[in-house]
Amino acid sequence: MNDDPAPAARWADAVLAALLFAMDPARTGIALRAGAGPVRDRWLALLRRALGETPVKRLPLHIRDERLLGGLDLSATLQAGRPVAQRGLLAESDGGVLLLAMAERLDAGTVARITMAVDRGEVLAERDGVALAHPARFGLVALDEGEGPDEKLRPALADRLALQIDLTGLALADAPDDVDAALPSTRPGQVDMPEALLDALCGATVALGVASPRAAYQALCVARAHAALYGRTTAEPEDAAAAARLVLAPRATQLPQPADGEPEAPPEEPPPPPSPPPPSDEEPSPPPPDNDDPVEPDLGALQDLMLQAAVAALPPGLLAQLKAGGANRQTSRAAGVAGAAQKSAARGRPIGVRRALPRQGERLNVIETLRAAAPWQKLRQPSGAEGPRRIQVRPDDFHVTRLRHKRETTTVFAVDASGSAALQRLAEAKGAIELLLADCYVRRDKVAVIAFRGRGAQVLLPPTRSLVRAKRALAGLPGGGGTPLAAALDACAALIDAAQRRGDTPVLVMLTDGRANVALDGTGGRERAEADAYAAAARLAALGAALLLIDTSAQPQPGAARLAAAMRATYLPLPQAGAAALGRVVRAAAGADP
Amino acid sequence: MALVFPFSAIVGQDEMKLAILIAATDARVGGVLVFGDRGTGKSTAVRALAALLPPMKAVVGCPYQRDPALEPAGGPKPKSHWVPVPVVDLPLGATEDRVVGALDLERALSQGVKAFEPGLLARANRGFLYIDEVNLLEDHLVDLLIDVAASGENVVEREGLSVRHPARFVLVGSGNPEEGELRPQLLDRFGLSVEVRTPQDVATRIEVVKRRDAFERDPAGFVADWAGEDARVRKRIVAARKLLPSVKVPDSALESAAKLCMKLGTDGLRGELTLMRAARALAALDGDRLVGDAQLRRIAAPALRHRLRRNPLDDTGSTARVDKAVAELFAA
Repeated sequence: MNDDPAPAARWADAVLAALLFAMDPARTGIALRAGAGPVRDRWLALLRRALGETPVKRLPLHIRDERLLGGLDLSATLQAGRPVAQRGLLAESDGGVLLLAMAERLDAGTVARITMAVDRGEVLAERDGVALAHPARFGLVALDEGEGPDEKLRPALADRLALQIDLTGLALADAPDDVDAALPSTRPGQVDMPEALLDALCGATVALGVASPRAAYQALCVARAHAALYGRTTAEPEDAAAAARLVLAPRATQLPQPADGEPEAPPEEPPPPPSPPPPSDEEPSPPPPDNDDPVEPDLGALQDLMLQAAVAALPPGLLAQLKAGGANRQTSRAAGVAGAAQKSAARGRPIGVRRALPRQGERLNVIETLRAAAPWQKLRQPSGAEGPRRIQVRPDDFHVTRLRHKRETTTVFAVDASGSAALQRLAEAKGAIELLLADCYVRRDKVAVIAFRGRGAQVLLPPTRSLVRAKRALAGLPGGGGTPLAAALDACAALIDAAQRRGDTPVLVMLTDGRANVALDGTGGRERAEADAYAAAARLAALGAALLLIDTSAQPQPGAARLAAAMRATYLPLPQAGAAALGRVVRAAAGADP
Repeated sequence: MALVFPFSAIVGQDEMKLAILIAATDARVGGVLVFGDRGTGKSTAVRALAALLPPMKAVVGCPYQRDPALEPAGGPKPKSHWVPVPVVDLPLGATEDRVVGALDLERALSQGVKAFEPGLLARANRGFLYIDEVNLLEDHLVDLLIDVAASGENVVEREGLSVRHPARFVLVGSGNPEEGELRPQLLDRFGLSVEVRTPQDVATRIEVVKRRDAFERDPAGFVADWAGEDARVRKRIVAARKLLPSVKVPDSALESAAKLCMKLGTDGLRGELTLMRAARALAALDGDRLVGDAQLRRIAAPALRHRLRRNPLDDTGSTARVDKAVAELFAA
């Protein structure tokens, strides 16, 4: 984002977002994308000044349920000899602000627990012998330290955060000095929202293809906060425009289509292609807001204002993508799910309790231990003892919490879609992959798809458990072009490395004829291409993952077999690879048959 | 207890609302699974359900809200009272002891009494058990639910306790398919499955925002404004329950249901059974005494779409497959 021309404007928006959030934390929420460092610290300091007395708590990444939701107060329980409950962090944050550290890495389970509390305004817990229900209305600040497009907040979390700002690439030197962080006494709740403005905001939401219905309500809240920030008790068009810029623009999936008979497009934006591809699982994109609405002139003008504000705020990259009609929400959603994706199980959630002495790393389950001890207390009490009774706990009573440490398998499919792989062979390869996908479904594996053709390799699908998406990614895969084998192998290595870091077991299934003719730098030439491919194969082999190379050429080729040897992969020619054989080999490679 | 958004104030999402009403009319239809886009009011609708349900008679002091009418004859007549139908949340992060029930620790320690402290399953008996983000529920709890939902009975064997108690409840789950798929065994426990989508027209979106805003600004006033509408829905449920025993299923409807299920290749009889029960409940809600094609057509997708032979790769969508089969069948 270094090429962004207006760091000052971005800083101004970041500052504005902080103030708006501080006006109404519980109804807005903010996602802050920035690496840890002085820039982020500056912004956070500003936020704290704006928040004033509002308490701010920090939620660590791997928080356990008893701390997050509440549960048993250990020391108090032991002292009292009866279960004593304590609140969790979500309940403690009621009326304050909760900072989510490294929010892009939060697992689905933790995110669901947080968002449930956000949605309900209270936190429920049924844990360790206690039932809790506490109010939990707090503002969320998600600190997103993700790098690259694949690492970002989970969509479920991002969906709850009205304001989304990005500080990457901004310099401390550009930061505005002496921001007045004193908030006015006007409250957002006192602000009237004229109907026409609300209608225009909702219209802009649909025109920009914003998927979540929550966004319009969030925009409303932000517009109110904006009005209140400027001391107004009735919202003005500029308040709604600010909301469109800050809330709707980051969520846009399409450029607004100018209404018919209204040639004026947003400044400098040529009209988008006649039919931006609607996401395949949804209705065709809605028509532009009707012209024959009774309040049309006013509403139309207002909505244009919102749209202009939003379009002007679109980051340059996204804008280009939208113009090309390429930014479908499918990819963006997929990426969001991927990032921290399915780490949850690998981190180990409690899956029950068993009787055992707590060994190293195991956690004593106090409530179950006490339960086990309870029936024997009469027998264990020394006869004739006076004074307060103490609970007698014997080694037999000890119970520990079992955590699941199942390693998950991520199967990476790399598909050669080059011209040499020939279209018909490509269809066969797709068929083979579908068989394997069905197998992955049974084993609840994650799958990822990489395709390579022409000048490079492309991650069609980052690791996901949605096989429908995998199939969709494959179905839309065109064939033709050169064979950039080296680039493909490197892309595979990157995915495999990431999976290993997550604690998953990666398995690579590569379908190719092994005839490399595009070198790593994208230039043609068989010799260099092959040299590059073998170097990349060696890098891949060094990762030590299970690899399988399926030779898709009509006749088994020595080239593919040689490549398999260089990768230290199992070699399997496609003609011999029936459904059963394929499944067996992949399962064997995964080495994790349940 | 915070005020909840009224059921009748939910904009659109007719299929979801209908499925919930059917489950409220006839618990034997099985549960309802609501899957779909974020922010479409899935959990709002379920939470609003509690306010709709007419109260039920229960034995006084019974932790399982037993039905006095079903108590064994001959014994002393138990005292009964009217209680609200339970709609119990099973929040993520719940531990097993709270779900199935466990030894009451406090009484055990302070009085040396071995007593059973009922859990969520007991509280949900004769009512609804709601799991938000059901696809994120820990596997060991899912196993437990599958078992109890099938048998209608909760068996607890732990800490020297041996307890079995009735646990018949309507399972209601909601979630977003992007967070992962549901185990087929659990999927099968849901009678109806509903897909919710984001409304795409501006007018609907505006109405959604306006009502949400009105509710947030003045919850009590908003709930009061919609109390009349909610009462009407409640009356409809009560009337439907009364009518239900006399709703007839003609042979022609049975035949249509069987043909539909065969056409779609659904496994087992559960699909047909659910389809018939749901169609009857729907007829009762409509005030009809006879199940006809109209009911079958309306309820076919929710009753069957999650029972099609699983092809994880089929992205044509099971809804489209059901719709196609329905169109073919009733066109002929």
